[in-house]
This record gives sequence, structure tokens and C-alpha cells, in this order.
Amino acid sequence: MAEYFTLFIGSVVVNNFVLTKFLGLCIFFGVSKNLNASVGMGMAVTSVITLSSILAWIVYHFVLFPFGLTFLTTIVFVVLIASFVQLLELIIKKQAPALYNMWGIYLVLIATNCIVLSVPLLSVESDYDFVKSIVFAVGSGLGFALALILMASLREKLAYANVPKPLEGTGIAFILAGMLSLAFLGFSGML
Amino acid sequence: MKELWKIFYKGLFDENPIFILALSLCPALAVTTNVINALTMGLTVLFVISTNNVVVSLTRHLVNPKVRVPVYITSIATIVTVVQLVLQAYFPVLYKALGIYLALVVVFAIILARAEVFASKNKLIPSFFDGFGMGVGFTIAMLVIAVIRELLGNGTIMGYSVFGAAYNPALIMVLPPGAFILIGYMIGAIRLYNQRKEEKRLKGSES
Repeated sequence: MAEYFTLFIGSVVVNNFVLTKFLGLCIFFGVSKNLNASVGMGMAVTSVITLSSILAWIVYHFVLFPFGLTFLTTIVFVVLIASFVQLLELIIKKQAPALYNMWGIYLVLIATNCIVLSVPLLSVESDYDFVKSIVFAVGSGLGFALALILMASLREKLAYANVPKPLEGTGIAFILAGMLSLAFLGFSGML
Repeated sequence: MKELWKIFYKGLFDENPIFILALSLCPALAVTTNVINALTMGLTVLFVISTNNVVVSLTRHLVNPKVRVPVYITSIATIVTVVQLVLQAYFPVLYKALGIYLALVVVFAIILARAEVFASKNKLIPSFFDGFGMGVGFTIAMLVIAVIRELLGNGTIMGYSVFGAAYNPALIMVLPPGAFILIGYMIGAIRLYNQRKEEKRLKGSES
């Protein structure tokens, strides 16, 4: 049990995907202008990462590994995840239009995103079993959501601040992310 | 010839993928802790983007526009896998250092964007030069960031000591926060430069 807990905390804060591994930056800077959008995005990313990790684990352990095709991992995962997200979008659009109106737009954005691809790749690389890879995926997704929501709240405050002109927008957002990353560095001794 | 030079040159400065378009930032921040990793990453992207532009340009009449994105992604993933296998076989240390970021070249927005915007509409040779220019621009940007980070954070360039043993390195520059803060200031500096240029141009046209 303790093992799973360590893995979970590790992936949420200590090895936060955005702030210590720089994955998913495009979404991170694109969506964090607005708090509501970032909550939606965080949830969408968490669910997509979890589902595609499960799928990728099954494909890797029942197809790629037994047949000695592990050198195709990158290609297979990219195609698998991109098509899976498209499929998910179609299903949600048909079955739950209300949900689609809320989250649909984010699904399109994350179809080929580095964070969604890297979580399954990393869990295959680290040789996690089925339960561990799910814990890792949920933790990484929540860590991403946490960083996104923190950043969005800060940027809403920043709208009232007096920022030097050349740094407005992207520039100050990066410096702010640096400060957040510095704060998250404090977790590094925890485990 | 002049046309080709123009296509090549725009990737270096006017449309530099990292500094101007702010695309593909993940690797720019993650692997620039030292110059060698940054150079390897830059050359990998240079190779993948030019090869992919050639492939896309050659097959542009064969691919149905409705399925073009999956086709591009498969093509990019194949080329990246080739690079991965070559690096793993001949440069295992570099392969280890780049880790997951090498596989992630597949989802770099800049590569897909060049296939979509340029190679799918142009002939073979201009497409190659477009990819090559973007790749060189990417490599230059990576090197600039890596030189600053390695120099300040470790006091070395490509492993050779520059400031001597007395230098007390600012460790933060090679840690993640340093990367974010440096990029923030660099974007600011480029904007300031462009603003100044614009002001000068306006003043010049008034007088």
C-alpha cells in the first residue's frame, strides 16, 4: 500500500510533469489564462491519460512484448492514443452532448500532446505493473491539473499587476512558472 | 537560388520555431542543461523535420486530404524510431541522457506544422530547404539557451571549464526553475528589441 502511495505523491508533486519535466507546456501556457477553462482541461487530461495508459499497458504487454515488437513502441503508442482520443470524442459527442459542450474542445487539443504520450511511455520504461501504471497515470494527471489551476489563479491576479511592457503575456508567464517550479523543488527531498 | 535561400533563411530568425513561434518548448527547456545534449536534440530535430518534409512533399498527390494528419504522424513516428535505434546503437550515453524527450520528438508541433503548412503544398526541393531552415533555427535556439545555462549553472561549455575553479556556479540555472525564468527573460528581450526597431522605423518615416 505504502508503495502505491509513494508513487502517487511522487507523480503529483515531487516529479510534477509540468514544473519539473517540462511536459505539456503548450496546454499549460495556452489554457492557464482562465480558471474555469483550466479546471476543465485538468479533468480532461487526467481522464485521457488514465484511459490511454490502461490501453497502452494492455497493448504493450499482450501484443508488443510477446511478439518481440518493442522497437515499434513509439509508433504504436502515438497512433493508438491519437485514434483513441478521436474515438472518445465521437462517443462523448453522441452519448453525452452536455459533457461534450463542456470538455469537447479540450479533447481535440490533447490528441497528440506530449504529456499524454509520455505517461504511457514512462510507465512502460519503468516496468510498472497494471495497478502501478494506473496509479502513476492518475497521479500525473492530477499533478498537471494542480499546476494548471495554480497557474491560472496566479495569472488572474497578474491581470491587475503593473508588468514591464516587453514582458507582458508570455514572458511574465514563464517567469511565474519558474517561481512555481522553484516552490515545487521544495518537495524534492520529501520521498 | 535566391528563393531557396529565402525559404531557408526565414527559419533562422524571422520564424524561429522557439523564440518567435514559441513552438516545441518542452525539449528546449528539458535537454538544454548542457551543450552536448542540446546539440544532439537539435540535430535530431533537424534530420526529422527535413526528412519528413521530403516524404510529405513526395507523397502529397497520393494522400487523401481527409487522412493527411494520421499519415503525417505515422511518417514522423517512423523517422523518429529510426533515429532512436541509431542513437541507441552508436551513442548509448546520449540516448540515455535524452531519455523520454527523444521519443517525444514525434509530437513536436513544429514538425507537424511544417508538413501541413509548407511541404503538403510545395515541390520537393523547396520543402527540403524549408525543413532544413527550421531545423537549423531550432538548433541555434537550443544552443543559445544551452550555452547560457551550462555556463552560468556549471561554469563550463561542452565540459571545458571557462571561469576556472574559483567560480561558484549558480546551480539554479541547470535546475528546472532556471530554464523557465531564462526563457521568460529571453522572450522579453526579443520583444524589446523588436519594439525598439519598430519605433526607429516609425521615427525614420516621420522625418
